Amino acid sequence: MSPAAVITGLGVVAPSGIGVESFWPAIRDGRRSLGPLTRFEPNPYPVVVAGEVHGFEQSEWVDGPIAVQTDRFTHFALAAAKMALREADLDPVDVPPFGFGVITASYSGGVEFGQREIERLWRNGPEHVGPYQSIAWFYAACTGQISIGNGLRGPSGVLVADEAGGLDALAGARSELRRGATAMLVGGTEAPFCPYAICCQLGHGLLSPGDDSTTAYLPFTSRAAGFAPGEGGAMLVVENADAARERGARARAVVAGYGATFTGPQRYDRSAEGLERAARSAVAEAGVDLAEVDVVFLDALGDGRADLAEFEALRSLFGGRLDQIPVTAPKTGYGRCYAGTAALDVVAAVLALDHGAIPPTPNVDECRFDLDLVTGPAREGAIHTALVLSRGLYGGNSAVVLRRPEPNEGGN
Amino acid sequence: MTRRVAVTGLGVIAPGGLGVKAFWELMTSGRTTTRPITSFPAQGFRSRIAAECDFDPREAGLVTAEIDRMDRYVQFAVVAAREAWDQAQVEVADPWRVGVCMGSAVGGTTLLEHDYVATSGNGERWLVDADLASPFLHRALSPASLAAEVADAVGACGPVRTVSTGCTAGLDAVGHAARLIEEGRADVVVAGAAESPISPITVACFDAIRATSARNDDAEHAARPFDRDRDGFVLGEGAAVLVLEDWEHARRRGALVLAEVTGFATRSNAHHMTGLTTEGVEMAEAVRQALDQAEVSSADIDYINAHGSGTRQNDRHETAAFKRVFGERAHAVPVSSIKSMIGHSLGAIGAIELTACVLALAHGVIPPTANLDTPDPECDLDYVPHTAREEDLRTVLSVGSGFGGFQSAVVLSHPERS
Repeated sequence: MSPAAVITGLGVVAPSGIGVESFWPAIRDGRRSLGPLTRFEPNPYPVVVAGEVHGFEQSEWVDGPIAVQTDRFTHFALAAAKMALREADLDPVDVPPFGFGVITASYSGGVEFGQREIERLWRNGPEHVGPYQSIAWFYAACTGQISIGNGLRGPSGVLVADEAGGLDALAGARSELRRGATAMLVGGTEAPFCPYAICCQLGHGLLSPGDDSTTAYLPFTSRAAGFAPGEGGAMLVVENADAARERGARARAVVAGYGATFTGPQRYDRSAEGLERAARSAVAEAGVDLAEVDVVFLDALGDGRADLAEFEALRSLFGGRLDQIPVTAPKTGYGRCYAGTAALDVVAAVLALDHGAIPPTPNVDECRFDLDLVTGPAREGAIHTALVLSRGLYGGNSAVVLRRPEPNEGGN
Repeated sequence: MTRRVAVTGLGVIAPGGLGVKAFWELMTSGRTTTRPITSFPAQGFRSRIAAECDFDPREAGLVTAEIDRMDRYVQFAVVAAREAWDQAQVEVADPWRVGVCMGSAVGGTTLLEHDYVATSGNGERWLVDADLASPFLHRALSPASLAAEVADAVGACGPVRTVSTGCTAGLDAVGHAARLIEEGRADVVVAGAAESPISPITVACFDAIRATSARNDDAEHAARPFDRDRDGFVLGEGAAVLVLEDWEHARRRGALVLAEVTGFATRSNAHHMTGLTTEGVEMAEAVRQALDQAEVSSADIDYINAHGSGTRQNDRHETAAFKRVFGERAHAVPVSSIKSMIGHSLGAIGAIELTACVLALAHGVIPPTANLDTPDPECDLDYVPHTAREEDLRTVLSVGSGFGGFQSAVVLSHPERS
């Protein structure tokens, strides 16, 4: 049996904080980081509340020449990757030359950069399109730049599966570790707030039209009216447990199990069964019993039918014990960052395992389902096993089980 | 204990050949399909040539609702998937055990650009007018919608995802699909890739870095991999879909196995987003890993389907990579690039190339490299110029190289290899 995949480093660029040292207190304390969409002005679109990353100094993280060749989503990814490596205390030169790879998930690519270049094309002519459009807009930009920026020559990948893609990417990294890689950087980031990106997103019909940042995104309540979109995301260092132990790294969590199903775009009547099956596969692969799950990090789409489907999935999974299992969605404090969102959920779950505290679901104070939704202060207590659920806009249902490492899985 | 992966169905939409039969005829004819661009008025662009599909969605069997909803590259994919699914004749007992893994590099750019022009008033408005957008525009933003449409076309409810590693996406999608079966996450995976990149923004972005050929007055000879006079790739479009199946699952139901996917690996050059080294170290490493997984040595490879894009850098890069892996034997292994005939359809081409490899194994014929009149002195291998070659093939290798530094390798074997 191959060694476990352990998470040893976390890098975060989120509306609620840059770096885990800011992100954890923000989500633990249920801080509200949604606000008006200010990335362009005026805002003529029927989406007012969003999770924007403020205070991100790109020059701190991205070399000048690379910064101009890349979109904001890649700036976030490069920064998050750097933080994750720093947190893992891992220098890529210490990893075998082809043993360190990168997998990122994406939803909208470098769309702001793309809008600028396509504007030049149509306003001024083809010769005005710059040389970096070909590498800045496409979905693979972050994986490529992280690989180049950090000298990572191992296996690489790029997944586009919307929100669920973040969990699929983590499973992909684990698969590469089982096939011989030593370490992987994995995650996803988004920067979907230029006018054309908003124009595209309006069509999916799930953006909340609310104009009050405390009530725009209220999943599982009777006032659910869609979600507030967010920007940012996370990158994680995942390592072969033996390699991590050998170098004395601290394993923060074990990526223990994964499952994925498909039930079609917005077919929520079927997504209940899809989510349930994905979760069962993940739990089975982790070799744990459902009774051992200490907390569930929810997809929390914020659409009445979708929330009902998620509740039904949980009820089928946990039966009569459901009201004893804490469930939470810290993302209501900062928005759904598409492909970045599940990566942030995983970070939140790892931090919860680490600190023995379940962060709450900000802004939500009533729940229309019979769920133990954590609201108010963080819930303290030892957590050993977390289940993370995510659904993609186009019908993917993914689940990951994270566990606290046993002492023999790469402790201090 | 790894499960083996059988190929039991194929579907293709390629320039000059809609459907597997027409495609294979083209592949063995050595004809080229590159021509002046007809998809949009290309005056003012540096490269004005492409390999286009003469594709009528209605004739291809799509109904109005599908045509309205699906971008061109998704239409290609769904039609190819139906062809492959029909051939495989999978009787699905459990849709939760059927997955989809599709590749695309630039996804819905055709619709994204079309609606951008409409909503921005030809680029005049930064704050685009959302009321002028198509109701399906949101699908164009995320190529996750590609895999979703293919999943619906075949009734898949297992793992479904889109892979978007630039120009290696087609190889990677099939490779990842094989892993879903090896790891027991699915019994059947519909795998492939699709691209319809022939639109002004994509042509302009390759113009800007002079990656594409400017041989505008001689379109049919413009794609010239390994030739001394090559001057870049010619943009193409299309799709290919392979039905992959757990070997035992296929055997039990008596399915005709066309080939076996035996090896897959990726590496990155960590060098440059678009540039390649002259050494080919990382591609060679990907090939070695794929051979290892297939449990074959370089001596067992009977044919290499090259990336062969026809850029100055690429063809030397991979020639160096092959020499690194095969040593002296590199000169004895036939290598060819079908991009010489059907252009470079970015994320789709890897899946189209794997389809050509499966057909090459089945028919014992190696597709040629068209337009190879005067080999580049630095490209001195046997590139099967002009004419297809009959050869008994047991194990073949297909490689790809993509923006971002991606290097991928897939090994396919004859079903009766052992």
